[in-house]
Amino acid sequence: MTIKKHVKLGLSALALSVSLHTVAAEDPIKVGILHSLSGTMAISESTLKDTMLMLIEKQNEEGGINGRMLEPVVVDPASNWPLFAEKARELLAKEKVDVIFGNWTSVSRKSVLPVVEELNGLLFYPVQYEGEESSENVFYTGAAPNQQAIPAVDYLMNDIGVERWVLAGTDYVYPRTTNKILETYLKDKGVAAEDIMINYTPFGHSNWQSIVSDIKKFGSAGKKTAVVSTINGDANVPFYRELGNQGIDAADIPVVAFSVGEQELSGIDTGPLVGHLAAWNYFMSVDNDANYDFIDAWVGYTGNEEAVTNDPMEAHYIGFNMYVEAVKKAGTTDVDAVKDAIIGVSVPNLTGGYATMMPNHHITKPVLIGEIQDNGQFSVVWETASTVAGDAWSDFLPGSKDLISDWRKPLFCGNFNVVSGTCGGKSDVASN
Amino acid sequence: MGIIRSLSQLLLVCCLILPAVAAAQVDDSEAQQLLTALAESSFKEKKDVVNRIASSGDERARPWLEAYGDNKLARIESSGEFVIVLKNRGRDWTVESAITGDNLGEISRRDIDTIRVNNALRNELEGILSVIDLKSPDEENRLTAARALKGSVDDTLAERLPEFIAAEESDAVQAALTEALAIYRVEEQGDVSAVATLSGSLNSEARAALQQAQNSDDPALAAAAAKAMESIEQKLKMNRAAETLYFGLSLGSVLVLAAIGLAITFGVMGVINMAHGELIMLGAYTTWGMQQLLPGQPGLALILSIPAGFLVAALAGIAIERTVIQHLKGRPLETLLATFGVSLILQQLVRTVISPLNRTVITPDWMSGSVMINEGLSLTLNRMYVIGFALVVFAGLMLIMRKTRLGLEVRAVTQNRAMARSMGIKATKVDILTFGLGSGVAGLAGVALSQITNVGPNLGQSYIIDSFMVVVFGGVGNLWGTLLAGLSLGTINQLLEPWAGAVLAKILVLVLIILFIQKRPRGLFPQKGRAAEG
Repeated sequence: MTIKKHVKLGLSALALSVSLHTVAAEDPIKVGILHSLSGTMAISESTLKDTMLMLIEKQNEEGGINGRMLEPVVVDPASNWPLFAEKARELLAKEKVDVIFGNWTSVSRKSVLPVVEELNGLLFYPVQYEGEESSENVFYTGAAPNQQAIPAVDYLMNDIGVERWVLAGTDYVYPRTTNKILETYLKDKGVAAEDIMINYTPFGHSNWQSIVSDIKKFGSAGKKTAVVSTINGDANVPFYRELGNQGIDAADIPVVAFSVGEQELSGIDTGPLVGHLAAWNYFMSVDNDANYDFIDAWVGYTGNEEAVTNDPMEAHYIGFNMYVEAVKKAGTTDVDAVKDAIIGVSVPNLTGGYATMMPNHHITKPVLIGEIQDNGQFSVVWETASTVAGDAWSDFLPGSKDLISDWRKPLFCGNFNVVSGTCGGKSDVASN
Repeated sequence: MGIIRSLSQLLLVCCLILPAVAAAQVDDSEAQQLLTALAESSFKEKKDVVNRIASSGDERARPWLEAYGDNKLARIESSGEFVIVLKNRGRDWTVESAITGDNLGEISRRDIDTIRVNNALRNELEGILSVIDLKSPDEENRLTAARALKGSVDDTLAERLPEFIAAEESDAVQAALTEALAIYRVEEQGDVSAVATLSGSLNSEARAALQQAQNSDDPALAAAAAKAMESIEQKLKMNRAAETLYFGLSLGSVLVLAAIGLAITFGVMGVINMAHGELIMLGAYTTWGMQQLLPGQPGLALILSIPAGFLVAALAGIAIERTVIQHLKGRPLETLLATFGVSLILQQLVRTVISPLNRTVITPDWMSGSVMINEGLSLTLNRMYVIGFALVVFAGLMLIMRKTRLGLEVRAVTQNRAMARSMGIKATKVDILTFGLGSGVAGLAGVALSQITNVGPNLGQSYIIDSFMVVVFGGVGNLWGTLLAGLSLGTINQLLEPWAGAVLAKILVLVLIILFIQKRPRGLFPQKGRAAEG
């Protein structure tokens, strides 16, 4: 049903671009969309594909960019990491797209990275990630750890008075790196090792009984305890359900999650979860006209009154608008020209502020902490006073604290070591 | 932890003033003022405003505070009117006036400013409501309120508590209040006589108080506390053991449910059906579909899903058997590949026809929450139902295999197909029915799993490996073996998990099975006699 609709929409977008083709003398700008439409990640990524189609459709209604229409090229990497690289190659070499919006998991990004660098493409990556990477060809519109994890921990420590920490995550690169950063950060802040409990679970873990009971035990030592959760995707639903069933109240042990958004909550009865927290740079509940317009457009596009928006969708919204501005500024879609033009570009975000592309290819974002409500939405309880610039290299990891990234000439380096004064060369030297 | 710091005034207000002047009203402009103050103050100031509202004596105070705690107290941006939100889904919300109680119909979300609340305030609100509830005529309410007071009693409340205790009729509430008071006495006053009350208590606040007392400078207190702690530790150990056993049984019963259908198709018929997981998924989606058909009655829908899930999965299984498996009889490798293809097709079918997103299956009220055995041990209800369901399904299946004509024929065909056919048994029909039965049971597993895990296109994948593991470990073709294997693997996994972590526990279990299979290649209960040579 949805597929049919999308085909129809895609066709109408195509028809539109074809009919205007005679008016616009030039070829269309080809926008590659590299999101899984099948396999395990389809749950998260297919929404992003639709978001991109909606944004492109809207831009075409407004006359495209510099008089050129946009043409989406959708491929399906099927949640298969090596296939991501192949599909990226197909987009760049065969379809000759001008820009790619895509990827969700870090491992898929790592798989695409060499291809994009080799063929000198542009990739906009919309999901919060572990940092420790900066590529000349990639623009990171999701949050780096200092734009999500660190402020969230600060909030728990200063505003809630948390003294004991459970770092729970799914067993892969993003949670492991983030937890490493957080562990160092907490220890720097004077938290004793016995007050930190670290726990990893496999993808899609569904039997949370003994872990939740351990957390309960860990939290009953008389000190205020919180869970910092980097548990990914599906596994969250049974985790939260078990929390509810074992009677862990947000008032006793709050859980702050970095991977749970409106879309994940739309799969659960949120009644028992009220008060648990999430840290993002955007919430659907943000009270702002730009946001309401975006939601209305999204609901209209999907035809589903209950459709939700989430943080990575906002990241694509920002990334797409930045690309549009950069092409306008450069007057061409030439990759090198756009790369130079986009640094410093500012576009409105959906939370009432502006996002700016920094020289390290990360953007500025506000950090919001929200509490889950019974209608599956978040109510913002805390936000940073101003936007925070994304830091590619964490200051809390020994391998990366001296590194900076600046893709402006003359430095033009993704991992410049300020102590030794040398450029590391490749995009991701630090082990991760 | 001093949850309710300002309980002092509150208690006086709620317990003394409120009942006396319950009818007292603040006039509407004052009410508007109070709510404006609540809306416009910072989180820190909001606390005072909440207390002012509670002490206003207005009978609307409770609904206001309750709505505020639920994030449902809001202000209309354009008119400045305060409302209580009745329905907060979608783009238009239904609201009623907080002051007059008039229903204002639907208002666009853009125009509604919810008054923000956070955990700290919610705690405060809970405290206020629980003190009010101590006067509730309902014993359940009083008990919940009394339990909530443990660890949050302050000086003023402590002075009044003995009165409450004396007036209380229910023993349970009385005991809870006594304990709450004793915690306060040990924690704040270092009262040795109160330690005895806490001895053997499993409440975490009581334990925290005793732990603190153990380190006190007063040797008498420290010794008494240490002794009390010892008895608590003893009880806790028992609790832990019981809990682990329960966790193990519940994980085991999930494994049994997922594997028992496979025990029939793979174990009895010898068909390697990689689409078994997707049949489970179909059962889970049937539950979701039923709940969509019967909105507002999740319990009834769940019960109806049991036969429906069985039928849907059984029909799907029969379709697979007719179209694919029967043509590949005796070619296990090709069957494996073909059914793996079927599983991918089914997954993608669900993705495109329904949605790639997980579906919400509502847990009926009678299945959520937990049963409290004692204060340190509560058993989750949904898991308990799943354990029971698994046993019932197992018993039913045993009955079919042992006592019915179908069971007899199935056993005959699987033991010696040619002989059975020459005895007049229609082998093809038996094949269809057996596969349908195994698939149907997978559907039943799906109905149960919809209550404890995600209902999404990937549901089946997470169970297929586990299912094969259980069947092989238990001994192919033996239902008792499947039951025992499932339960023991579940228990071993849960025993290992606390100290090895979830990832390592899984690996260890796998290694264990490999070693076991080396020793006994035919599993726990190997088939004996001629069937074994199959």
